[in-house]
Amino acid sequence: MVERTPWLDALSHAILILGVSVVAFPLYLTLVASTHTSSDIVHPPMSLWPGSHLIDNYRAAWNGTGGGNGSKAPVGQMMMVSLISALVIAVGKITISLLSAFAIVYFRFPGRMFFFWAIFITLMLPVEVRIGPTYQVVADLGLLNSYAGLTVPLIASATATFLFRQFFLTVPEELLEAARMDGAGPMRFFRDVLVPLSRTSIAALFVIQFIYGWNQYLWPLLVTTNENMYPVVIGIKRMISGGDAQTEWSVVMATAVLAMLPPALVVMLMQKWFVKGLVDTEK
Amino acid sequence: MEKRVVFRSPWLPWVLMAPQLTVIAVFFFWPAAQALLQSLQQSDAFGGSVEWVGLENFRNLWNDPGYLASFYTTALFSSLVAVLGIGLSLLLAVFADRIVKGTLVYTTLLIWPYAVAPAVAGVLWLFMFAPSVGVLSYALRSLGVDWNHLLNGTHAMTLVVMAAVWKQISYNFLFFLAGLQSIPKSLIEAAAIDGARPWRRFWTIVFPLLSPTTFFLLVINMVYAFFDTFAIVDAATQGGPGKETSILVYKVYYDGFKAMDQGSSAAQSVVLMVIVVALTVVQFRFVEKKVNY
Repeated sequence: MVERTPWLDALSHAILILGVSVVAFPLYLTLVASTHTSSDIVHPPMSLWPGSHLIDNYRAAWNGTGGGNGSKAPVGQMMMVSLISALVIAVGKITISLLSAFAIVYFRFPGRMFFFWAIFITLMLPVEVRIGPTYQVVADLGLLNSYAGLTVPLIASATATFLFRQFFLTVPEELLEAARMDGAGPMRFFRDVLVPLSRTSIAALFVIQFIYGWNQYLWPLLVTTNENMYPVVIGIKRMISGGDAQTEWSVVMATAVLAMLPPALVVMLMQKWFVKGLVDTEK
Repeated sequence: MEKRVVFRSPWLPWVLMAPQLTVIAVFFFWPAAQALLQSLQQSDAFGGSVEWVGLENFRNLWNDPGYLASFYTTALFSSLVAVLGIGLSLLLAVFADRIVKGTLVYTTLLIWPYAVAPAVAGVLWLFMFAPSVGVLSYALRSLGVDWNHLLNGTHAMTLVVMAAVWKQISYNFLFFLAGLQSIPKSLIEAAAIDGARPWRRFWTIVFPLLSPTTFFLLVINMVYAFFDTFAIVDAATQGGPGKETSILVYKVYYDGFKAMDQGSSAAQSVVLMVIVVALTVVQFRFVEKKVNY
C-alpha cells in the first residue's frame, strides 16, 4: 500500500471478518441444525453447538425415512437426478455452442449474420418469462417427467455460443493457414486445434453451467410431477409443509447441506476458472 | 474482426448449426411467439374455447390493482436488493483490495453463497427466521421485536430481501475486486503524494473509475432480482403473507399455473420480456460509453 496506516489495516480485517461471519452464519446454523434432533430444534432456543445426531439425520435424509408431514423422497435419488441434469445441461450447452460458434466464425454462408443475431437474442430472455408456452411445447412433445424435458429447454440459450465466438475471433489466422497447408479439413482443425485451445474457456463455462443446472428451480417445478424425477432443490422445498413445528427441520437441514455440497465443491475446487468464467461470460 | 481465411463447404456449416438452431427454434422462438399470440387471446379455464380479444388482456392488467401492486412490490424489492447488494459488496471488496495478506482466504470464504441454489437460500433464511423455531426470530423476540413474516408484510419483504442480497453478494464482490485490481497503482500513489487521504482517494479516483463495473452490476442485479429470485420467494414466503412479496415473476407463475388464467399470464410474460429487453438495451448503450470517464 502507499502509506502505513495500522489502524486502517486493522479496520479492514475487522470489517472483512465481520462480513465473512455474517455470510457464513446461515451455513454454520444449517450445519449445527443438521446435528440436532427435530424436537431439540422446535423448542427454542436451539443450541448453537453441534449436537450428536449427525449420522442419524443424514441417513434419514439420504434414504427418505425422516418423520414429519412433508415429502419424503429419498435424497440420494434426488441428488442423482440433479447430478444428471446438471451434467447434461453443462455438457450439452458447451457442445452445441462450440459447434455453432465454429460454423459462425470459420465459414461463410447465406444468412450467417441473421443466425448469429437469432442466437444472440436468446441471451436476453430467461426461461422464466416464457414458462407457460415452453411448458406446453414440452408437454406436447411428451417430455414431462423426463431428463430431456428437464434439460433441453434450459440448453436453449446462447451465453456459451457468444463466449466461444469471441474466443475464436482471437485465435491467430496463421494456425488455420498452417493447418490447411498440412491438409487438415475443417473437422480435423476443429478437433485438433480449436478445441484444445479452448480448454480454459470450456472449464470456466462448465463450472458456471453446472451450477446453473444444479440450482434450477422454477422449470423442474413445472415439468416434474413424479417424485422419482425431482431434483434435490425441489425436494427440499417440498419437505417443508404445514407449520414450523410439523417440519422435520433436522432432516431438512441435512438435505440442505447435501444439496449445497456439489456446487460448493465445484466452485471451491475450480475457483480460478470459475472467477475467470464469470468475468468473461458477462463482459 | 472477421476471419480472412475461411473454410468452404456448402453443407457443413448447416450441419454444425443444426443442433443449436433446432433447440432454440423449438424451445425459444416457438414458445416466445406463442406467448405473444396467447397474450392477445382469451380462453376459458378448461381450455375449451379460445377467442381473440386484441389488447384486452393488457388493458385488464393495467386496470388490475393487484398487478400494479405487484409492479410496485417488484420495484421496491429489486431496488433494495440492488442497492444493498452492491453497497455491501463494494465495502467488502474495497477492504479486501486494501489488505496485503489474506485476500484469497477472504475471497474463498465470501464466494461460496454463489453456489447455493436460490431455493435452498430461501429455506435457510426461512429456518433462521421461522416465527416459532428460528434462532434469529427468537433473538429478536428477546429484544422486544415480535418477528412474524407470516403475518407482517414488512417482515416478509425484509426476509426475502436479506436472502436475495446474501446470495448475490459473492457475485458482486468478485466483479468489484476484479475492477479494483485493474486500477493502476500509480494513480493512487500520485494522489497520495499530492496529499489525498484514503477517504478522499476513494471518492475522487477509485469510485469514478469503478463506475462501469457499478453500472454493469446495477443492471445485472436488477435482472437477478426480477427473475432469479422466484425460488427464494417461493421457498420463503410464497408471495405472502397477502400479496406483499408477490413479485412479477411469481405472479406470472401463479396466474398461469395456479389460477389457470393463460391469457393474463401470457400478457404478463410479454410485459416482462419488454422490461428485460429494455434493461439489456440500456446496459449496452451505457456500458459501451463507459459511463463517465
